[in-house]
Amino acid sequence: MIVRGKVIYPGVAKGKAVKCEKPVVILGDVDAKKGTVEGCGNVKNKILVFPRGAGSTVASYTIYALRYYNTAPAGIIVENAEPIVVAGSIIAEIPTVDGIDLSLIKSGMLVKIENDRVIIPD
Amino acid sequence: MYLTREEEKVLDGELGTGYEKMMRILVKMGEIFGAERLIPVKSAQISGVSYRTIGDAGLHFLKSLHGVRVSVPATLNPLAFDDDHLKELRVDEEMYQKQMEIITAYTDMGIKPTMTCTPYYYDNVPDFGEHIAWAESSAVIYANSIIGARTNREGSVSALASAVIGKTPEYGYHLKENRKATHIIDVNFEPEGEDYPLIGLFVGSAVDGVPYFRIRGDYTDFKLMGAAMAASGSVAMYHVESITPEYKGALNDNVERITVDRNDIEGFKGAPVDVELVAIGCPHVSRDELRKIAEFLDGKRKKRGVELWIFAAKSVMDRSDEYVNVIRKFGGKVMKDTCVVVSNAGKIYSYIGTNSGKAAFYLRKEKFGGAKVVVRDMYTLLRSVIE
Repeated sequence: MIVRGKVIYPGVAKGKAVKCEKPVVILGDVDAKKGTVEGCGNVKNKILVFPRGAGSTVASYTIYALRYYNTAPAGIIVENAEPIVVAGSIIAEIPTVDGIDLSLIKSGMLVKIENDRVIIPD
Repeated sequence: MYLTREEEKVLDGELGTGYEKMMRILVKMGEIFGAERLIPVKSAQISGVSYRTIGDAGLHFLKSLHGVRVSVPATLNPLAFDDDHLKELRVDEEMYQKQMEIITAYTDMGIKPTMTCTPYYYDNVPDFGEHIAWAESSAVIYANSIIGARTNREGSVSALASAVIGKTPEYGYHLKENRKATHIIDVNFEPEGEDYPLIGLFVGSAVDGVPYFRIRGDYTDFKLMGAAMAASGSVAMYHVESITPEYKGALNDNVERITVDRNDIEGFKGAPVDVELVAIGCPHVSRDELRKIAEFLDGKRKKRGVELWIFAAKSVMDRSDEYVNVIRKFGGKVMKDTCVVVSNAGKIYSYIGTNSGKAAFYLRKEKFGGAKVVVRDMYTLLRSVIE
């Protein structure tokens, strides 16, 4: 199945989905050195899927830190992008698509991002 | 969103990847918030300055912007220390070096190293009705409410993007219709002293919108109230009847009413303790506050076992030598460039007195040291440091 969203940062990325059910407080929940999101798992080279970011906006630098420490997800899928994710994924150059219905994606699925399109196994 | 040909060119990378990223951030923010266009801003106030907050990754990013310059006046938030007080603030060599590299990366972009959360006194003074792109929630709420300038609560990176591009997406508090009151706050007592920051902490936790107050106070009272409101919640603007510049016409029939009783604010005050540190200046003090502190302390002797730290913008200190000297002679410290929260004072002292609801909100958190904090008015605090 192919669903369309809105491009935040363009690009192509493929990987296993790591899905967080709740909004992610990026400054508190993300450990950039380890590449983990609390309650969701390790995101390195995976497709990180979550509803929205929350908390301090300085956390855009935390998303950049995932790139800096070489632990970044290959791509990001969000339901409702907000300023932390927008600025963070752009400065970190992580292909990111917004406005996707997350009920279509389960953790462990192999998903692909192609700019504004998300390809999900049927 | 409508983009001019010039804006399109920047977005297509004609000026290089640094400018392209900054433009992309503004355009995507505009898209998610439904802005129709970008509008020019007069200035930017940039947060994300402390090495403790942005770390090596943030420093790496700022260095990657080599060659990118700001196009409007831009000022910086406080950092982790005052370089005249490295010992008291327990700053090690690595922290010092990395912090200086961050400042250099910002100044290389043309950003002024003001390092204050109160740029509105001297360093970066907006006019009524001007569009600005400010981060630092206490400065945002002051600019919107007390000055009548127009800004959203920008993040570190979006404020930097606006400083570079000189524009911001037109949504939120840039539009007149979003600046009207959403709540009336009925305060059931005559506030004084520490009531203002305590009311701020309560209202911030109860209201997500634009509260409208009918209380009296001065600009320092409202500065402290606003900073607390912006810290405990996401409030970016409020009105005070007959005092703030946009209160007329701000009310309509649909606003929600919220009552504030003394009971509601008591819990934020903190139980009395013998404090080790009295910290004043979150947000940084004005020249007028420095004068009041100096006049109170002049000729008095400092009590042993309790420190007095005052935090101000360098630009305020430079204009207030006579007051700074009195406070120093008394035995208090007047620090520039930093504040009680970002300096890690909460990890040095466990019992802190402050007149700032915002400082109390953060210092009580484990991450900032989890100190016992009491919120009292300035004169009560000053009385506790004299013999």
